[in-house]
Amino acid sequence: MRVIIMGCGRRGSALAALLDAEGHDVTVLDNDAAAFSFLPDSFGGTEIVGNGTDEDSLRRAGIEQADAFVSTTRGDNRNVMAAQMAKHIFSVPRVITLIHDPIREEMYRSLGLRTVSPTRIVAQSLREALLAEESVAEESAVAGEAEEGGGEG
Amino acid sequence: MYIIIVGGGKIGYFLARQLLEDQHEVLIVEQNAEKAAQIAEDLGEIVMVGDGCEASTMERAGMGRTDMAIALTGDDEDNLVVCQVAKHKFNVPHTIARINNPKNEHIFKMLGIDATISSTGVILAHIEQELPSHPMIPLMTLKGGGLEIVEVKIPPQAPVIGRPVKSILLPQKSLITVIIGPDGQARLPTGDTLIQAGDEIVAVTMPDSEDALRAALTGAPASRY
Repeated sequence: MRVIIMGCGRRGSALAALLDAEGHDVTVLDNDAAAFSFLPDSFGGTEIVGNGTDEDSLRRAGIEQADAFVSTTRGDNRNVMAAQMAKHIFSVPRVITLIHDPIREEMYRSLGLRTVSPTRIVAQSLREALLAEESVAEESAVAGEAEEGGGEG
Repeated sequence: MYIIIVGGGKIGYFLARQLLEDQHEVLIVEQNAEKAAQIAEDLGEIVMVGDGCEASTMERAGMGRTDMAIALTGDDEDNLVVCQVAKHKFNVPHTIARINNPKNEHIFKMLGIDATISSTGVILAHIEQELPSHPMIPLMTLKGGGLEIVEVKIPPQAPVIGRPVKSILLPQKSLITVIIGPDGQARLPTGDTLIQAGDEIVAVTMPDSEDALRAALTGAPASRY
């Protein structure tokens, strides 16, 4: 699969490394060349300096031949604009975008964009971790009481 | 009308002032508190500090009852999202986006923004009108007789487009010799050959008639040059 990843921060670079290791043809696009240092030394894909909301940069990254496009920057609006360009202007078959703001995420999902909200996912995982901790604490409390009870008996 | 302006830069400020004078109800949403305070000092309490791209800010600004949302920030992606959220989440009837990169104009149209204003585009259009990008190029001067061979490119709006060569009023001692089409194909014109936009006309003329020839072919007034 030929994939373009916009944004080479922690998330973008991690995704790029995963896909590259699996043998996909990966191109990362970031407007700051320093961001490519997040990529592992083993990365065999293409690095392109450019703005993902600029038509010419997207073309340089090979968007006309891409099978998939993922926008991963910290800016929701940049992500949303680039994803819409990929989907509606360049007709990329698979387009996925990160949207941090859950309200905007919901709206763009209803408009047909495939979205992932880190905010929602992180809140969910934190909640689960917290509840797991709580039940562990409860269990050990119960176990402690039983031990204490045993001692007294 | 109730009009919400996102972005309190120079354009936002002057636009708001004009709209207030015209008796409209105006609210500017500006992220920078200092800038917002300055506008409030000048124009009164018509400013809200906040990120105009956040749906919660829009809600507080009363986006649900506004007649028009105008996004004027310096970032095209922000202007796009303001207009899309206003339109799809708050059903605002009219949305207008400022475009900074002129190449985004057709992209915004394809993504459903009602109206766009490209200040860069407007200025560019004026420049192109004032300074035709392809003036007449003298190719060579012929020995004896004082004749010159020149080349003129037909601009997109030229009045001669679609007309046959014989209908063009050329100045005295001028002759169209070869026409090179936008595809690079050269053709020897007859009186019935039609002129197309982007054609390069190779003509023979007198130095005195140069301006008049250019005017006849491009439609630009000769006096300007």
